[in-house]
Amino acid sequence: MAEPRSPGERAPAKPNRPALALHVPEPKYRPGDKVDFSHLEIPPAGAQPRPDESVHPSAIHDLAFGLIRVLGEDHHAHGPWNPRLDPETLRTMLGHMALVRAFDERMFRGQRQGKTSFYMKCTGEEATSVATAMALASDDMVFPSYRQQGILIARGYPLIDMINQIYSNRADKLKGRQLPIMYSSRAHSFFSISGNLATQCPQAVGWAMASAMRGDSRIAASWVGEGSTAEGDFHAACTFAAVYNAPVILNVINNQWAISSFSGFAGAERTTFAARGLGYGIAALRVDGNDALACYAAAAWAAARARGNHGPTIIEYFTYRAEGHSTSDDPSAYRSAQEREEWPLGDPINRLKQHLIAIGEWDEERHAAMDLACAEKVKATTKEAEKNGILGHGLHHPFHTMFEDVYEELPWHLQEQAEQAIRERIAKFGSERPFG
Amino acid sequence: MSAETNTVESAAAATAAEGERRLNMIEAINEALDIMLARDPDVIVMGEDVGYFGGVFRATAGLQAKYGKTRVFDTPISECGIIGVAVGMGAYGLRPVPEIQFADYIYPGLDQLISEAARLRYRSAGDYTAPLTVRSPFGGGIFGGQTHSQSPEALFTHVAGLKTVIPSTPYDAKGLLIAAIEDNDPVIFFEPKRIYNGPFSGYYDQPVAPWKTHPDSLVPEGYYRIPLGSARVVRAGEAFTVLAYGTMVHVAEAVCRAKGVDAEIIDLRTLVPLDIKTIEASIAKTGRCLIVHEATRTSGFGAELAALVAERCFYHLEAPIVRVTGFDTPYPHSLEWAYFPGPVRIGEAIDTLLKD
Repeated sequence: MAEPRSPGERAPAKPNRPALALHVPEPKYRPGDKVDFSHLEIPPAGAQPRPDESVHPSAIHDLAFGLIRVLGEDHHAHGPWNPRLDPETLRTMLGHMALVRAFDERMFRGQRQGKTSFYMKCTGEEATSVATAMALASDDMVFPSYRQQGILIARGYPLIDMINQIYSNRADKLKGRQLPIMYSSRAHSFFSISGNLATQCPQAVGWAMASAMRGDSRIAASWVGEGSTAEGDFHAACTFAAVYNAPVILNVINNQWAISSFSGFAGAERTTFAARGLGYGIAALRVDGNDALACYAAAAWAAARARGNHGPTIIEYFTYRAEGHSTSDDPSAYRSAQEREEWPLGDPINRLKQHLIAIGEWDEERHAAMDLACAEKVKATTKEAEKNGILGHGLHHPFHTMFEDVYEELPWHLQEQAEQAIRERIAKFGSERPFG
Repeated sequence: MSAETNTVESAAAATAAEGERRLNMIEAINEALDIMLARDPDVIVMGEDVGYFGGVFRATAGLQAKYGKTRVFDTPISECGIIGVAVGMGAYGLRPVPEIQFADYIYPGLDQLISEAARLRYRSAGDYTAPLTVRSPFGGGIFGGQTHSQSPEALFTHVAGLKTVIPSTPYDAKGLLIAAIEDNDPVIFFEPKRIYNGPFSGYYDQPVAPWKTHPDSLVPEGYYRIPLGSARVVRAGEAFTVLAYGTMVHVAEAVCRAKGVDAEIIDLRTLVPLDIKTIEASIAKTGRCLIVHEATRTSGFGAELAALVAERCFYHLEAPIVRVTGFDTPYPHSLEWAYFPGPVRIGEAIDTLLKD
C-alpha cells in the first residue's frame, strides 16, 4: 500500500477510494440574508407527555428531541406540563422578568456611558433563569454561567449590590476584583461566577454529591451555554452526575449563538443538546426556552426527580440570544438582524403577559405601569449606587485589599509586594491615597 | 517559624525510644489520612482506584473499609472532573482530599485548579473557599517513562492562591499532610514516589536502604502537624548551602557525605509559602548556594530560588549560585539515569561551587 512519504504529503489518488472532504459548519443566515425559520420543528403546546419524575432515562428518549411547550398560540396553558401556577405567582414571575429586562437596558447604557467596562444582557432568555430559579427551593445551590442575572433577581438579591458590583465601586461586595456581572452570594446560595466556561458544571455535581453524602435535602443546579457544552468540564460533569446519581440539574441554554459561532460549532447540526444526556444515561428534556411555564415545569420536574433520589437531569432550553454576546461585540457583523424578528418562539415576557391577559389576570395598563415602575426602580437604585462610585472614578475599595484573600493569611512575599505597592502610591500621589 | 519546627522535630526525636514504630512514607501518608478522616467528618478521600483497592501505591489501603464508601471512594478517570467536583464539595463545606494517580495526569485538571480552586477565595472576596488537598505521586527514578515520572511543581508555584508542599521523609509526610488538609487554602501535595519505600541515595546501582534504617522513619502515633512554610535543616554545615526538596534531599545528602564536604542541607518542604528566613540565614553563614531539583531546568523552581538568593543574599555570596536539575527533555524511559540529576552531576556542581 502506497503511503505518504512525509507528514502532510497527500497519498496518491486511488480511483476506488473517494477523496475525503472536511465539513465546516456554516449558519443558515449571515448579515443581510432574509431569514426563514420554517425548517425548525415546533410542536404544538401540550403535545409532549409528562412522565413520572422517577422514570428511567431510556424510557423518555423522545423528550430529548421534541420541545416541551405549555403556552399555545391562543395564549392559554396546555397539556400535562402545565405547572398550574396561581395568578399571583405568574405575576411575580412576570415582574421578575420585566425587572431583569429593565435592569439590562440601564446597565447596558451605563457601560456605553463609560460607567463600567463591560455588561452582558440576557434579553429574550429571561425565562430560562427566572422561571427555572422559581421552580427550585431558595436554598438549592445554583452554579450559574454569566447570563443568569434573573436568578439573583428572582431570589431577591438587592439590585444595588448588583450595580455596585458592575461599577466595581467601594460598596462592591467582591471588592472590585471581578469583571462586571460575575456576581457571588453565598447568602443566596449563588456560586461565584467564573469567566472560564463550563467549570461550574462539575462543581455543581460535586456540591450535589456532598449534599447527598450528608443526607441533606438541598439539590444543585448549573447553567451553561450550548457553545460551552463542548468543554471537557461539561462532559466530566455528565459522567460524575451519572456515575453517582447526583441530585443535580444541568441546564443548557441553547440561545443559538456563542459570540459569533452558531450552535453548529457545538454539534447542533447532528443532534440536540438535550440528547447529550442520553449517552450518559441522564434524563433529558428539551424545552421551549421562551415559554416561562414550560421552563418552570421542566425545572420543577427535574428538581422533584433529584430530590427523590432518582438522579440528574439535563434540560436544554431552546431560545434565542436577542442581543449581542456582550457590550464587546456587534452581532450585526456576523448574523442576520432579521433572526430576532423571525424567531418563531416569540418573546418570553410578551408570551407570559399575553397568557395572564388571556386568563383575565392582567391588562395592558397594569403592564405599562409595571414596566414604568421597573424602570423607575432601576433608575433610582442606579443613582443610589453611583454615590459609591463608578469604575475609574475613584471611590474604589482600599487598594491594599488587592493583596487580601489570595490566601487566608498574607504570606511574606505578598506582604513585601503590598509594601512595594504602598511605596508606588506614595511616589505617585504623595500619600498612600487608599481609595481610587 | 523554622526554629519552632525544629523544636517540634527534636522533641519527636527525643521521645523516639527503642522499639518505637517505624513507617515508610506510604504508611505515614495512610496514617495521616486515617487520622484526619477520624478527626474531621468533613474530610473525604477520592480518586482513581483509591477505594476498595486502596490506591495503586496503597496510600489509601484500608480506609474505605474503615470509613465507608461515601467518605473514601473511586472516581471516574477524569482529573478535570475530580478537581471540579472537589471544588463544589469544598463550596458545600467539605474538605476534600482528592488523589491524582500520577502528577503527570494532573494536566486535565489544571483549569479547575488554576482558574477555580486557586482564585475562589479572591474572586468571591472570601464568600467561598476551596480547602482541597490534592495528593499526587511525582518524580522519577522508577522507570515510569515520560508519563509517570514528571516533576511539575513549578507549574503550581507560579499560580497565585495555591500552596505547594513536598515531603521528603515519613515523619514530615504525615505532619505536613495533616497541616495541608487542615489548611483552608488549596494545597498541592506532591509525594516523591521514588522514596515511598526508602530514602533513595541516587546511587541507583547500589542496594536501596529501607526507611527503617533512617531516623525520620520514627513516626509518632496520633495527631501532629508540621506548619506549612517551614523548612528543615537536615544537616548543619559551613562550606555551602544546599536547597533541595523531595527525593533530591536524600541524593544531595548522600553525595555530600561521599565527598566529605561540610554542607548545610535545607529541605524546603513547602515551596509556597517558602521559608525564606531559613534560606537567608544559611546563605549568610555559608556564602555559597547549590540548588538541586529533579524537574526540568528552564523556569524550574530552582530559577525562583536562585533569583531570591541573588536578590536577598548577594553580598554574602562568595561564588555564583549553582543549579543542578533534570535536563530540559521529557523523562526518557531507557535513559532515566542519564536524565536524573544524580551523584555525578551534583558532585561536579559542588566542585564548581567550591573551586575558589
